[in-house]
Parts: sequence; structure tokens; C-alpha cells
Amino acid sequence: MTEFDAATAAVQAALDAGARYADARVMHRRYESMTARNGDIEELTQDESIGLGVRALVGSSWGFHAVPDLSDAAARDAGRRATRTAQASARVPGPPVDLVPVEAVTASWASGCQIDPLGVPLSDKGDLLVGATRTMAEHGADLAEGLYQIWDTAKWFVSSEGHRIDQRIRECGGGISATSIGAGETQRRSWPSYRGQYGTTGWELVESLDLAAHAAQIAEESRALLTAPPCPAGETDLILGGEQLALQIHESVGHAIELDRILGWEAAFAGTSWLDLAQLGSLRYGSELMNITIDPTIPGALGSFGFDDEGSPAVKRDAVRDGRWVGVLAGRDSAAMASLDYGGSVRADGWARLPMVRMTNVGLEPGPHTLEEIIAATDDGVLMDLNRSWSIDDKRLNFQFGCEVGWEIKKGRRGRMLRNPTYTGIGPLFWRSMDMLSGETVPWGTPNCGKGQPGQTGHTGHPAAPARFRNVRVGVSA
Amino acid sequence: MSGPTELELAAQVVELVRRLGGPATQAEAVVTRADLALTRFANSAIHQNVAESTVGVRLRLHVDGRTAAGSGSVVTADGLGALVERTLAAARLCPPDPGWPGLAPPTPAPAAPPVDEATAHAEPDQRADLVRAFVAAAGHLNTAGYCRTAHRSSAFANTAGHSAYGRSVEAAMDGIARRDGADGVARRCADRLSDLDGAELGAQAAAKAQAAADPVELPPGRYEVVFEPAAVADLLQNLSWYGFNGKRYAERQSFAEPGAAQFDPAVTLVDDPLGASGLPFDAEGTGRRALTLVEAGTTRTVAHDRRTAAEAGAESTGHAVAGGATWGPMARNLRLSGAAAGPASAVGRSTTGTAAGAVVDADTAALTAGVRRGLLVTDLWYTRVLDPKSLVVTGLTRNGVWLVEDGTVVRAVRDLRFTESYPRALGPGAVLGLGARPVRQPDRVDGVWWEAPSVRLASWHFTGGASG
Repeated sequence: MTEFDAATAAVQAALDAGARYADARVMHRRYESMTARNGDIEELTQDESIGLGVRALVGSSWGFHAVPDLSDAAARDAGRRATRTAQASARVPGPPVDLVPVEAVTASWASGCQIDPLGVPLSDKGDLLVGATRTMAEHGADLAEGLYQIWDTAKWFVSSEGHRIDQRIRECGGGISATSIGAGETQRRSWPSYRGQYGTTGWELVESLDLAAHAAQIAEESRALLTAPPCPAGETDLILGGEQLALQIHESVGHAIELDRILGWEAAFAGTSWLDLAQLGSLRYGSELMNITIDPTIPGALGSFGFDDEGSPAVKRDAVRDGRWVGVLAGRDSAAMASLDYGGSVRADGWARLPMVRMTNVGLEPGPHTLEEIIAATDDGVLMDLNRSWSIDDKRLNFQFGCEVGWEIKKGRRGRMLRNPTYTGIGPLFWRSMDMLSGETVPWGTPNCGKGQPGQTGHTGHPAAPARFRNVRVGVSA
Repeated sequence: MSGPTELELAAQVVELVRRLGGPATQAEAVVTRADLALTRFANSAIHQNVAESTVGVRLRLHVDGRTAAGSGSVVTADGLGALVERTLAAARLCPPDPGWPGLAPPTPAPAAPPVDEATAHAEPDQRADLVRAFVAAAGHLNTAGYCRTAHRSSAFANTAGHSAYGRSVEAAMDGIARRDGADGVARRCADRLSDLDGAELGAQAAAKAQAAADPVELPPGRYEVVFEPAAVADLLQNLSWYGFNGKRYAERQSFAEPGAAQFDPAVTLVDDPLGASGLPFDAEGTGRRALTLVEAGTTRTVAHDRRTAAEAGAESTGHAVAGGATWGPMARNLRLSGAAAGPASAVGRSTTGTAAGAVVDADTAALTAGVRRGLLVTDLWYTRVLDPKSLVVTGLTRNGVWLVEDGTVVRAVRDLRFTESYPRALGPGAVLGLGARPVRQPDRVDGVWWEAPSVRLASWHFTGGASG
């Protein structure tokens, strides 16, 4: 019995039990991670998981059931249970559910991969982390940490409309962090970001990060931060490095344009959105430099795929064009409810989770400047980079972010290093203050986006480059 | 249930390790079957309704001085064999692990509370009925939330001859009612689905939502606060993960100083995993027991697994988790003890006018009655640590904030951002009152809960209003 056979059996059983639509995903995921601390391997984990999840629509209600067994009997039982669960949902019914049309295709897709990350010898991967963390410890870090993570996912999708799609997506990445501990606080520096950079690529991404070459510098900077002056409090011009801007996009744009949030489907947990569909196409989200795309077709970016988890093909769309809000992240049911004609952004975190609206690659198109030009054009400000903490309200408006490091900018030059840099603001006001944007774009990957109940961890990509924002409140402290 | 039991599967894994890895290989295996179901509602309708029946095997082994871990979802003979072979291969390619603490010796697991079979095998109709009651009790208000049930059956075995078995069950409900963008929440966690009252929770959420309407914006600054149990749960979680974590303590990243009076004398914190229907052993097979972390304001200890205990010259406290070598041992069933006598009653003084309904229990009413000017806070949201050692955290209020003046809740306030050191806010002299009745709050993951009464604190640093 093939994976397609199991998925087909589950879908058919759901239909036979009374569903008007059903789809099923079989997923086989292998995961490997290694962490190192102060020159020793701390943990090596290799997980493998195989199972099937089936989703059934009865009337206006969904049901979902997942099992780790691909036998015909188990698949059919899962299909029947999904339908039965959907029937229970009808005890508290909602409005009619429609699905925007998607062509039913038979297709295969695979992400690009030059060096199979699971094929790289563990000893080589261990040596990389041991060497880098040893170097950081030798250069003053109290805690020298490194890690990599690898996901190799094969999935087979079948729908009652005739979809039959298989995909193989390989993802990996890694990074290093140095922490120095003072009397009352800790300071951390990371490369290329805390817990690393990730993409839908092979091990070549980790090699390109050249972790060993940056180990000594970040260790020394973490130590120096303990005695650096604190970030001053007040309003100033703020320059964000690309990694921090990626997080800013993720939190204050990506989540805000999720259609399920806008429709109130996440109101009790992840939250809603400040955006109102009535303003789609007209709302001024940011300055004219702000062009945000939803693009799961970017080769190597972490949010890339061939088809989403309800069979919609990867398509590039605008979310914000010339500062104006024009698009959302949607699924087939949420799009229909909002009278939109596209889904394409639905994914599930493994076979045991219900597909839901998730970010793909949501990022800024490049601007006309460079970071050095932005610094040179800034008379008085602060440059912050690498995220350390992030917090935003349930409508995705009021945010406060902390970075690992700041630098004073005076008369167009980078000055002293500043510790504990934080900034805070309101999303659209902040984005409207962006007046310079670099073209030095990197597709930053975020492998830990939490959403949903039961919880799901999403992998998202965020092309971003350094940018300047005017009159931002910085230096918030306890 | 057909097929081998969890104990039989765990024993099979251990035997496979002996056969394939040799008698010197040390290994521990945990096999867990889980039936998890969650009925989710939004816009007063069930929109996501999910269930999973899963089985998982987690294996950790130590061979030739090297350690590796792995997991799998295939429990056939071939699947278990593949798991053992790849984990052995991984360990042999790893650098040495000088901190390996050895395996848990054979010891009887403590007795766990009985499992409610009705909850373990709850049907989707039962969860839907609770949701229906919640929605109906909220009247015309828009509602959202979930009702979930979880049942785990888990076995442990290791090559040192130790084995254990246990089951856990949990039911939880968490919902909001909404009025013009103002939300009220009600949240409970219980050992039995029958202990959850959807109508009561829906009515409570609706009352708070009504009271939260038309909020005013207050300037940032330091305010006296009364935190309801949902807000206190966030304090407990962060104290646990960042402070009472034996790994962070060993790394000098924790504020905890055993023996020091770091908290107000009113504060007693006990991790009590078997105070509810929980598994009686941790990921290393060590028995789980109640552990007093703070006693009358004095920090007593931190949570340990075998690795951090060995480093500290202590005994494991039964707090090992999967992935613990990286994240450290966690106290995940933390209770802030209630005041023995409870605060003085203040019936009739707690709310007025439009704020009626903000206070939904006697403890909170009594605590707010003592506040000259301060804020009543229902819930905290999106809290993130700015510095782990001082445990400075930023986050926002959510699901209802009210201004309290002269002991009376006078009106709703818009959400505020805060930046505060949690241990400092609970420090000596900072706790002005505790409720008598801790309320168990569910976590995002079943089996994890936080239990606390309402708390009155002298000062909380709000660093921004809703407008920035």
C-alpha cells in the first residue's frame, strides 16, 4: 500500500461517511538536530515520524483526525472519524463554508539541495559546532552555544476533488551564540542570528554561514557589551539591521495579514488583526518604500514550496505595494468567506496537525540604498541588530523588540556599542516612518513560528535588508 | 487496545539495544500512546475540531562514552529496530559526552492520582456540548476558545533494570467573550471533563467582556496591581523556565539563590506534578514528587534532572524533559500557595456602574477592596524575556484591565505594555495580599499547568499604553 493509497482510502472513507469534501496528507519527516556548548556536544537528536491526517467537511463544519498507521484499515478509520468529528462540530454551527476553486492536479515538486544535509557525516557536523563553540569560549564567552537543525519531509496529498501531489522539502540551517554573564545581567551575541539562519536548501547553506570565522568576534562583543553604555531612552532615528527587520516584518506585517486572524478565527489565542478587510486596497500601511510580497516561489527561502497543504500552487502575490495594503495570506475556506479568489498559504506542522493559514515567504522588496549610505545620512540615531526579544499585542499593533547590540550613530558615523537596545511603537506608524531602505536583501528564515491550538510550529521566510525609521522610541527598560 | 502494551514496547527497545549495541550500552526508552482532541470555536461556532491517536518512542542511549537520542512513530519490529540502529550509529559518531550522568536505578514510581476513564475516552459530542453551553451563556456576545481532552499512557524502561508505567488525563476549557473589541476570558483545567462547566465559564467571560467595554487610556508608569490567576500563571511559567531551571542555574543565568529570602514571605511555590492526574515519572524514569521551590519567601532549591543534579552534586528532582540537555529541567506544575486565611471579605465594594462584572470571585473582590489606586489585570500576553538573569520581561495585558480607586473597580482601561523584573515584583515587601483559593490554569500543552490565587502587588512597571 503506497502513501497515495492510504491517503486515497482515508478520503474515500470520509466521503462514504457523509463528508462533502475531504483531503488527506501523508507525511514522513526526518529531523536531526545537534547542539554544542563550550566545546562539547550537548545533545544529538534524530527523530522520524510517519502518519496520516484527514480533514472532512460536513455541511459547514470541519473535522480532522490523525493516525500514525498507514494501513488501509487505519486510514479508513481515520477518514470515518474525521467525518464523525465534523458532524459533532455541527452542534455549534457557523456560516456556510465554501472553498475557492483550485485546479486539481497530479504533480511532484522538490526543493533544491546541493548537499544532502542528512548525508553529511555526523562527525563533520559535530566538529563544526565543537570547534566554533570552543573558539567562543576561548575568546571570553561564558556560554558558547551552537546548533544546527535539519528537516527532510516527504508528503503526499490527495483531495476528493482529484488532487494527487507529492513533495519533498529539505530544510536546514544553524548558528552560534556567545553569552557573557555579569553580576546582574547577561549579554549575548549571535551569528548569523540567535538559533541560526535556515532555508529550504542543503548543507551548503550552513557551510556558507562560515560559523567558525565569526566565533571569536561575537564572543569578544558579548564580553564588551557587559560594560558598554546602555541604550539611551528617548525618541531617535532608528536603523535596523536586516535580521531584526525580518522579525519586524514577521510580527507586525506577516501575522497581521493572515486572513484567519482578520476573520476572528484566532481571536482567543494568537489574536486578531488591526486590519479591516473593508480597507483592503486602500489602507496606507507604510511609506512608499514599503513593498511586501507573499512569495513561496523564492528558491532556497524557508517558506518555499511547490504546493501548499490544500493543493494550491505556489504563487507570488503582493501584500503591500507602494505602502498600500493590497493582499492577505489565505486558505481556500477563509478566502471564500472574505470573497477573495485566492488561497495558497495553508500549511500543517506534520501529519497530526490541521492545515491552517501560515506565512510563506513574506518580505520586503529591495530598496535603493546600502547600509553604509543609511548610516552616512543619519545625523543622530541608533543602529540595532539581531533580535533578542519580541513582544506584540494580539492585534499586531503595539510592539516592543529588543536587540542583542546597538551602536550609536553620530554625524553619519557608527560610534560606541550600546547594550540592552530596545525599541517600541505602533505598526503602521512605524512603517510609515521608514525613509531609507537598503537593497542588501537576505531571505531570513524563521523556523519557530507558533500558532494554532493544538500548537503548530511554522517555518517562514522573510527577505529583508537594513532600513531607517524616523523618531522611534528607544531604550525602554524595567 | 490491540498489539503490545507500552511497557512491552519499551522493553523491546531496551532488549534491541542490548542485542545490537552490546551489554555495555546504556539506554532508556519511553513509549507513549496519546489520544488528544481539541474542539475549537470562533465567532460563536466550532470551526476547527481535531483529534489524534498517536504513538511515539523516545530513545536515549550512551555507548563508548558518547550519547545520542532519537524518536520514532513506527512501533513495528522493523520500526523499533531502525530506531535503535540509527541512534546507535549516531552515538558512535558523536564526540564524547563527559557529563553523562548514568541511568536512573530501579525504584518504585510514586502512586499517581486515578485516571477518569470518561475523560480519557471523551467523544467529540461531549466537547461540542460544553462549547455550546459556553456560547449560549455568553448570550449575544461573540465567543471564541477551545475545549480539549488529553489522555496519555506511557511506559519507561532502561538497561539498568528500571521500568515504570503511568497514565495521565486532563480536560481544559479556555474561552473569551467579545463586546466591541473588548474581551473577557474564563479558563480552567481539571482532571475530569465533567468538572468543567461551560455555562459558568461562558457567563464569567461574558460578564468580564461587558465590564471591559469603553476603556480609557492611562499613562504609563508604576501602578499597584491585582493580578487574577490567569495573569499570575504567566509569572509562574517564566519563574520556572528561567529561574528554577537547574541548567540555567548551573550556567549562572538564573536569579535563584537557594537559602536567600528573594521573595515576599507570602510567597510559597511548590511544583506538584501529582497534584493532578499526571505521569508519575519523568523522561529519565525518575519519580515525580512535590518539590518546594520557595518557602515563605526563601528560595529552597531548583529543579534538576540527572545531568544538572550530577553537576550540582544533588539528586534529580524528577524534572527531566525530552530535549532537556539543551533546555534544562522544567517545573511544569507550579502552584503559588493561597493565603491560609485569605484576604478580608469586601462584598459589595468591588465594582460599580459600567465595571460591574469585572470581578468574578471573592478573592479578587477582597484584594481590590484594599487598593487605593491601581489596576486589576486579568491576563498577560506575549511575554518575552529581555534579560534572563534579572528576569526582566516585557509583555502586554489582555482580556481585561480596570482602574481601581479607593477599593472600587471604577472603569475599564485599554491594554498596557509592561517591562518588569518578575522576581523583583514578587520580592520582600512587594506582595500586599494573596487570595485563598488557587485556580488551575491550563498551559498550551496538556500535562502542564499553573495554579495560583489572585495576587495583589505593590508595584508593576507599565512602560507603554495602547497607543505606544
